[in-house]
Amino acid sequence: MSLDKATVKKVAALARLAMEDEELTRMAPQVSGIITWIEQLAEVNTDSVEPLSSVVDIPLPLRKDEINDGNCAEKILANAPEATQGYFVVPKIVE
Amino acid sequence: MTELTTLTIAQALEGLKKKDFTSKELTQAHIGAMEKARPLNAFIVETPELALKQAEESDKRRASGSEGALEGIPLGIKDLFCTEGVQTTAASHILEGFIPQYESTVTKKLFADGAVMLGKTNLDEFAMGSSNTTSYYGNVISPWKRKGQPNVQLVPGGSSGGSAAAVSAGLVMGATGTDTGGSIRQPASFCGISGIKPTYGRCSRWGIVAFASSLDQAGTFARTVKDNAILLRSMSGHDPKDSTSAKKEVPDFTKALTGDIKGKTIGIPKEYRIDGMPGEIEKLWQQGIDWIHSAGAKTTEVSLPHTKYALATYYVIAPAEASSNLARYDGVRYGIRVPSENLREMYEQTRAEGFGDEVKRRIMIGTYVLSAGYYDAYYIKAQKVRRLIVQDFMNAYEKCDALLTPTAPSASFAIGENQDDPIKMYLNDVFTVPASLAGLPGMSVPAGLDADGLPLGLQIIGRPWDEEMVFRVAGVIESLAQFTHRPA
Repeated sequence: MSLDKATVKKVAALARLAMEDEELTRMAPQVSGIITWIEQLAEVNTDSVEPLSSVVDIPLPLRKDEINDGNCAEKILANAPEATQGYFVVPKIVE
Repeated sequence: MTELTTLTIAQALEGLKKKDFTSKELTQAHIGAMEKARPLNAFIVETPELALKQAEESDKRRASGSEGALEGIPLGIKDLFCTEGVQTTAASHILEGFIPQYESTVTKKLFADGAVMLGKTNLDEFAMGSSNTTSYYGNVISPWKRKGQPNVQLVPGGSSGGSAAAVSAGLVMGATGTDTGGSIRQPASFCGISGIKPTYGRCSRWGIVAFASSLDQAGTFARTVKDNAILLRSMSGHDPKDSTSAKKEVPDFTKALTGDIKGKTIGIPKEYRIDGMPGEIEKLWQQGIDWIHSAGAKTTEVSLPHTKYALATYYVIAPAEASSNLARYDGVRYGIRVPSENLREMYEQTRAEGFGDEVKRRIMIGTYVLSAGYYDAYYIKAQKVRRLIVQDFMNAYEKCDALLTPTAPSASFAIGENQDDPIKMYLNDVFTVPASLAGLPGMSVPAGLDADGLPLGLQIIGRPWDEEMVFRVAGVIESLAQFTHRPA
């Protein structure tokens, strides 16, 4: 199935990527081409095949629910584009 | 002291032990080489001061008789590994200026064993690419040239192109890489060096900038198979901070280099004889088969019937995981921010400004295949085919101990070639992606030169957790191939 420009524009918005019309015009056929190419998977018979999400043959480990880290707010904020008084700063979201 | 830059890690460890030279001298020689080779653009950040400090401390430790397994060895670290206090960018504009406050487990282990870091090596942006032409910090240039074309700049392969170029050119003795679909093995092949991606779960992913978490795995580059074995042992092991890292004992991989594969059976997957494969690749593969025979092992044809679907499967799963992993780059916690009065606009503008084309394409592919209405048709379907691909390998391993294939369908190409169509670039990984999807260990060993004088590699793929067999076969091929060519 080929994707038209409007669909690719919607996908870009879902992915939170601002995209000017010129960029969309360039990207849409590429994205559409890749999607069409991966559709070859439809020809594989996967009846009664379970999806595989991890190749690791070990059970996921559990640990005690105990605090083993923390008290490092400064380190966490060290790379923030904007921080104040121990918080990340974002544009106002509540009027 | 330029000859210090031609030593192998094993030789350098011997020389340091015998006090022929110090780590400081060894490090200084490599800093000199690194500075001279700046036109290759193999590094995003050079850390000569840190390196000299680490080298001096290493010399002190050695003098006091407490040396680690990599004591005093200068390495390059792919700029995907978080290094405390040293900028880590994943070659993306969006992480420009990011200074990790912690050390990745892999680099922590290397440093604990005495390694010295010369710098952070260049890569494709977020490790997405096969030619190292998607880095925000510029292309990496291969140290290799085609015969009679001294002005044509070639790609080092990708995504770990800076690491491969630096090892090949003698700027570092070894380097870390990561491999999601071939990002260690293909650049190793293009640059005429050895590189291994171990079994998924062998190395901790903690502190490695995530691309596709079910596929990403750290590994090594070096100029010899033995050096890779030394590096990989140091990097490997269980880490409680990565729930997918395995509680498996890490063997001394160098002990696997017995040179003896008598009585072993090496599988030759028939589906890897793809249409349009260059004659030189076919010839090299046959040469590899002949070497296996001359070493007293058998080869047998095996079938991996779903091979032709591996790339398409990969290009659903990897972008899907990437679109999720890269959602964190929102201009709030780290990296760049494009200011706006409106939160959503701030996200959108920051991501538009911060990500390059290839990353945006993959985020959009991933977003699409995970979106409502398409999830089953694309993502679940790909996960099912992934299981079939894993089963193919397991069936093959009932008949053989390891597989032998070419590493890549071509030698290195010129910068700008294969750029017009993303799918054409993806085909570079046709022989490496299947093992990635199955989480298997794979290694590329340089095996010959093509008519243009460019290196070609052979790939050995092993059973899960059987890096030892991979090293053993790789060691035999290395000794029979006698590949001593170095870039001019």
